[in-house]
Amino acid sequence: MSNTIWVLVELENGQPARSSLEVLGKAAQLGRAEAIVFGTNASAVASTLGEYGASKVYAHADAVYDSYLTLPAVDTISDLLKQHQPAILLLATTYDIRDIAARLNVRHNMGLITDATDLQFDGDTLQVTVPWGGETVVTATFPKQGTGIVLTRPKAFGLERFEGKTAEVETLSPTFNAESQKIKILERIELQSEGPSLEDATVIVAGGRGLGKAENFHLVEDLATALGGAAGATRAIVDAGWLPYSYQIGQTGKTVKPNLYIGCGISGAIQHLSGMKGSKFIVAINKDENAPIFSVADFGVVGDALNILPQLTEEVKKRKAQ
Amino acid sequence: MKMYVCIKQIPDPNTVVSKLDPNTKRLVRSGVSLVLDPGDESTISAAIKIRDTIGDSEVTVVSMGPASAQEAMRRALAMGADRAILVTDPALAGSDALSTARVLAAVLKKEEVDLVFCSTESTDGYTGMVPGGIAEFLGLPQLTFAREVTIEGQKAVIKRVTATGYQKVECPLPAVVTIASGAFEAIYPTMKGIMGAKKKPFTQLSLADLGIETSEVGEAGARERVMTIGSAEARAAGQVIKEEGNSAQAIADFLQRYQLL
Repeated sequence: MSNTIWVLVELENGQPARSSLEVLGKAAQLGRAEAIVFGTNASAVASTLGEYGASKVYAHADAVYDSYLTLPAVDTISDLLKQHQPAILLLATTYDIRDIAARLNVRHNMGLITDATDLQFDGDTLQVTVPWGGETVVTATFPKQGTGIVLTRPKAFGLERFEGKTAEVETLSPTFNAESQKIKILERIELQSEGPSLEDATVIVAGGRGLGKAENFHLVEDLATALGGAAGATRAIVDAGWLPYSYQIGQTGKTVKPNLYIGCGISGAIQHLSGMKGSKFIVAINKDENAPIFSVADFGVVGDALNILPQLTEEVKKRKAQ
Repeated sequence: MKMYVCIKQIPDPNTVVSKLDPNTKRLVRSGVSLVLDPGDESTISAAIKIRDTIGDSEVTVVSMGPASAQEAMRRALAMGADRAILVTDPALAGSDALSTARVLAAVLKKEEVDLVFCSTESTDGYTGMVPGGIAEFLGLPQLTFAREVTIEGQKAVIKRVTATGYQKVECPLPAVVTIASGAFEAIYPTMKGIMGAKKKPFTQLSLADLGIETSEVGEAGARERVMTIGSAEARAAGQVIKEEGNSAQAIADFLQRYQLL
């Protein structure tokens, strides 16, 4: 089996997405990394991907990928898979890539492993690490021949630079039929200033009664912004009128399962816990050491959220800047 | 319009800590309370709402699972779905996402489909790979991560969640549409609904009924194999510290250790 690993590099505003480049770097550490890049700006980007680990880049500069979701990318990658047989298709877990992976999986009858945090080859055997719940880690592999798809958990890998490395670029020229132009993007609305929505945020910072008063909620929002996440609330403070219902996490509000949840001044009533305990990592700050939230927290601080939040926001900004 | 909702019965996420059986390497389902996936409640509710808006339509729930899944389907019927189709077969145990998509698509191929709804992902497995797989098997376009769905003649238009906001996306019908979790408020079954559910059409199918070979699905057909199941380090017992002036650094260290920054 060849150790060639393909990575689909997504473009965001014409530039390679950081999530894709992180996966590309990991691929280059595992074997021969080959990138696939689509979209109007694909040619310009292709020549820069060597520096992020690509030995080869398949590029197709065409606006069709920017106007139509999923199907053009599936068709082009599918064509490539008929000509080559990489060991793995290693992918960042994003909205668009998940859609593409699901279809390729079926079209090529492939193995597929999601939510991987690491992978390695032991001889010819691929070993993929997948955390399961909070207490278990599974190692999985593809027992059958052929290319397998591995979707990786966001931020599983850091960004790697390969100074001076250049990639050979192969320009693709597939043709599309009307069938592949069925999922049309009519409009894009950016809500960047408000951050991701609660249900879809990978990081959530939530506040409760322990914040004392509505005016202090901005401390929660500041930390959420610094972490690139969304702010949420308990029913208690929504009922108290501090915030609109759209912020409410819990049985009667939104069920969230971000990668990271930070509860500030939240005791952890069942009503709230049932809406957030699916989070992958839970951090809690509360004055009462007997607060139920500590029973589900991976990391807890018995202390006043009002003191700790501003310091934590500064610390996060400082470390992210490094 | 003929609408279908693919649903799943799962261990109750509110009371059960999901575990893997070290022998079978599958999710433990015995001895735990099983429920209709809460995400599916939201998705079924979306379909019912659309049915009632456009009129002259029918909502069928489709599932693959053990006979116990009948209970989850009865709940869907009590919520207002019109009929149910359950594929149950011992050979299906251990099916991966591809096999699940194959089986559900085989059911849908026998029907005249206008719209297929799925939740974006299940609340137990989270792979999110089944809906796109069904779409591929059926040769239909898929609209995913929908927060809002509008049917305009022979087109579906959705508001699709993205990392930075949303997109308005359209495709012609028939199509597969996935609903983002919690985007639609779940209908709570009434007593009348529960009583009425007992009289609604309920079909049970086996793999043979669908013309699928047992070797293609279940454990035999799985394209992935779990090699080891181990304990995650340091996560089993959470660490709790007392504030002594350096908590912010301690939290930031924790975030960095787990690559959360």
